[in-house]
Parts: sequence; structure tokens; C-alpha cells
Amino acid sequence: MLLALGTAAIVLVVLLWELARPDALRAFAALRARLQRLRERARSRESAQLGYDPGRERRAEQRARELLRSCIDEYDWAMYRDLGFLRLWGGLGERAHAAGASYAYLIYPHRPIVAYVPQTGALLNEYCVAFPDHSRPYGSARLPDSDDVLAKWMALKADERCLIEQANMHLPGRQIDPEQVRRDLARLTRWERESGAGATDIVRAA
Amino acid sequence: MKLLRMKPGHGEILLAEGDVEVAEQEQTLIEAFRRELDAGMWAAVPSERRDGRREAELVKSFGEVPRDAERVIFFPRAAGGAPRSAAGRTAR
Repeated sequence: MLLALGTAAIVLVVLLWELARPDALRAFAALRARLQRLRERARSRESAQLGYDPGRERRAEQRARELLRSCIDEYDWAMYRDLGFLRLWGGLGERAHAAGASYAYLIYPHRPIVAYVPQTGALLNEYCVAFPDHSRPYGSARLPDSDDVLAKWMALKADERCLIEQANMHLPGRQIDPEQVRRDLARLTRWERESGAGATDIVRAA
Repeated sequence: MKLLRMKPGHGEILLAEGDVEVAEQEQTLIEAFRRELDAGMWAAVPSERRDGRREAELVKSFGEVPRDAERVIFFPRAAGGAPRSAAGRTAR
């Protein structure tokens, strides 16, 4: 009698397990994935806390400035150092790559590239373009300021049409106050006059 | 030749360095170059014209890199910035 009851109990348990197994396995897998997620979250929180370094961005910018300086003309470097932006002559117009070019760009760090007419100061367009690093090595996809400027400068120098095609084009004033740009152009004119380097640049660029 | 990559929060990092005239080192450079391109990077070669003006050239394969180039700089490919919702005029 006991043997029969025991056998029946075992068979019942096995049957119940067979019925419940798919659900149980699913629940187990979900639980394991959830634990894994919790562990990863805790690890990334821990590493973010441990890896926090208030001087990192400053050092990164310092390195980026050195790289920028080593890639562009001395004159352009001085312009960026003193004014915080670069001017680049447009290369697609009738009079290209010269001080008398049909148009020019102002390159700001992490702001749109502004196209304007050098002879009149009239603003043409804003080109919004970014270089996001999706690997986010330190939690951010943003390059240091000077790296952003160098990336824009290299891309414009190498393949202006390609970069402009990649950018979102807007009328002036979309992101940058046109008055600010006019003030920057006035600062640039004054800077070139005071440094006496403008004439040199025109001669070199022509 | 040095292969450099711009990196957020760090500035540039040295990916590989070698002499393109030494086959083994050239192979190392080629492999590092391909890895970056596969990761979606753009590659630029800064250079200097005879008149002293600085230039840059975008290259799509290691074969396009001038043999005498000192550096190749990798940076993330350009994407149209400032989505409409995020766009807002700023003045410094």
C-alpha cells in the first residue's frame, strides 16, 4: 500500500514538474537576466564613482588644443586662442581659398558652423553638425572643444561638400544669435588690424 | 607614422605607431586603421603644402594615406546636429 502511494506521489510530482517546467524555466531565465542587469548597473555606478575625475575634461581639452595647434596654421591658431573661433575661407565659390573668397565659415566649438560673406558681413546659413562618439568612453559622446573645432576644420578642408551635406542647414539665427556673430566678425576685424597679421594672411592665402 | 584617435573626456589617444617601410609594422598599422574604419570613424591626414599652408585630406583606406604622412587622425563621423526639439538660440 505504502509502495503504491509512494509511486503515485513520485509520478504526480514528475507530471506536475513536466507541466510546470516551461514556465519555471522562463521565470528562472528572467530572474537571472534581472540579477545580471542589477549587477551591471551596480558595477557601472561603482566605476562612475571611482572614475570621477574633476580634472579630466580640462586635461582632455589641453591635449586637444595641442593637437589643434599642431594641425592648423600659426595664424589660425592665434585667432582661435584669442577669439575662441576659427575663420575658414569657403572653397566652393568662384574665388576660393583666399581672403577674397565669395564666402567664409566661422567654426565654433560645439556650435553650428556659420557661413557668411566676408566682403559685406552678411550671414548666409548655419550648418549644424556634430561628431558624436557613441562608444561614450567616459559617459559622454562629446569630443573636447578643440577636437570638435579640429574635426570641423579637417572635414571642411578635405571635403567641404560632404560635410555640408551631412549637416542640418538652417537660416541664420536658428541657434546662434546673429548679433553675436556680427560682434564676433567685428572682433575678428579688430584682431586682424591690431595684430597686423591680416595683411600677411591675405598675401599668404592669395 | 602614428595613428591617433580623438576621444571624449581624454583628447587624442595613440592607437598604433610604426614604420610603413617595415612590413610587420605596416601590417599592425593597417589592422588598426581597419578597426577604426569598421567602428565608423573618419580618417584625416593633416599635411603641409609647399607654401607652408596647412591642409587635411580624408582617406577611406590605408592605401590612400601618403607614405610619408606622419599622422592619421581618426574622429567620429559627422552627423547633422541639433535636432529640431533641441534647437534653441543661444548667445554667449
